[in-house]
Amino acid sequence: MMILDDFFWRAVFAGMGVALVAGPLGCFVVWRRMSYLGDTMAHSALLGVALGFFLEVNLMLGVFVIAVLVAMLLFFFQRQKQLANDAVLGTLSHASLAMGVLLISLMVWVRIDLMGYLFGDILAVSLVDLYWIYGGGFLILLILFRLWRPLLAITFDNDLAQAEGVPVVRVELIFMLLIAAVIALSMKIIGILLVTSLLIIPVSAARRFSRTPEQMALGGALIGMASVGLGLGASLQIDTPSGPSIVIAAVLFFFAANLLPMRKLQ
Amino acid sequence: MSSARETTSEFSQTEEKKQILLQTQNLSLLAGERELLSNISLTVSTGEIVTVIGPNGAGKTTLLRVLLGLIAPSSGSIFKKPKLRIGYLPQKITVDPILPLSVSRIMRLTGNYSNRQISNALEETGVGSLKNKPVFQLSGGEFQRVMLARALLRSPELLVLDEPVQSVDYMGESELYKLIGNLRKSHGCGVLMVSHDLHVVMASTDRVVCLNQHICCEGQPEDVSRHPEYLRLFGLDTGSALAVYSHHHDHTHHISGTMKEDEQ
Repeated sequence: MMILDDFFWRAVFAGMGVALVAGPLGCFVVWRRMSYLGDTMAHSALLGVALGFFLEVNLMLGVFVIAVLVAMLLFFFQRQKQLANDAVLGTLSHASLAMGVLLISLMVWVRIDLMGYLFGDILAVSLVDLYWIYGGGFLILLILFRLWRPLLAITFDNDLAQAEGVPVVRVELIFMLLIAAVIALSMKIIGILLVTSLLIIPVSAARRFSRTPEQMALGGALIGMASVGLGLGASLQIDTPSGPSIVIAAVLFFFAANLLPMRKLQ
Repeated sequence: MSSARETTSEFSQTEEKKQILLQTQNLSLLAGERELLSNISLTVSTGEIVTVIGPNGAGKTTLLRVLLGLIAPSSGSIFKKPKLRIGYLPQKITVDPILPLSVSRIMRLTGNYSNRQISNALEETGVGSLKNKPVFQLSGGEFQRVMLARALLRSPELLVLDEPVQSVDYMGESELYKLIGNLRKSHGCGVLMVSHDLHVVMASTDRVVCLNQHICCEGQPEDVSRHPEYLRLFGLDTGSALAVYSHHHDHTHHISGTMKEDEQ
């Protein structure tokens, strides 16, 4: 595939794939008010990058493993009542980011473009990354499809879902794994510090036009893909980091969606 | 109020058909050192409305969650009629406007029901016209009626209602209690309800359980309202509610408004 020999198109395909997955998954992040949790998992990604370099495995795998670990930690911290949730999130988020930066600076034998990992790098997407993104993305969507109904029931009310037979803990754990996976997949193109924006902004923009959860998921995916296209195009033209460019494009869609004169939310 | 009394006595006549739906024995729940529930023995049978009252923090919701199997008790036993179908109404659910859910959609969150079944259930609780409305636009009373309809879809043998009239305006409160009483009749199910308001709920219930970690007292509304434990628990800070309540049960009115002698 000639087109994939070009770094720009690799980045576009990678970004589109990631946005497609981020739409449906991001809906639940927004509905369940988990954006800060997503942020915390994303911030741990740098630690995952360090781990990937150290063990010489695919960086996405390193990021995924660390994000899962952080997710599990959070999951069990949430069950205790000693510390407020946001204090736990804040602690873990910054601790893991700091550890990541420290470890990377200690590994003097590897040269890492820190800016690239923090804010995304349009040049960084390899053909192998694309396979990971589309293979992994397909798997994530497949699992999410099967999880959709129980997740929606839990989102509506946890106790009610559990009383009506939804295996709440299992569904929540799998959902956390999916977030960890999408963070790993989108890290290179969006950047660690901005990863969750792709989960949150496009679906928020899509809310205006959605009457069902599914419409919002699809709308989020489409707006996300459009943001990737617009952002990467601008990134190429005016030589800006890819992550922030995509985020700004998404924010533009968000404002446009909310400025459009329309009947109030339905 | 006299009509509520009539339904109560009407039901005591059919008492021989009663079947135990749910029974607990010496149920206790500990959180560390603290005893959240202590020695609760409670029975709910078909066709009866049992209301658990108690001050804030008395463990009412916790008790329901234990009975539903959402929390495991520390000791004691729970018996449920085999394959008991429960319709549950949790305490105040808030649906964020960011979540685009219609009424008909929340009806089928965990089960597959036909459009017709859903319409019928909504009609039954008086909210048939709301079927396609977004959930976040519903008023407190409308929402609770939708949730009741949702519980009915499961053809419940037992309705478990946690503060069903919370965030319902005053006029809607007694209407909702009336509806619950009617559903109990038309579906022949038992009702276990939690409440912290006293006078309205007492009028529409068969048995009252007064909870404050342990069961302070229980029995018919008339008896409980005179029980010293009950008075101690509620007497001081809900004087007005109590006054309204005892007013109801000191005497009853003819339709014309004149007083008639209390039968008891």
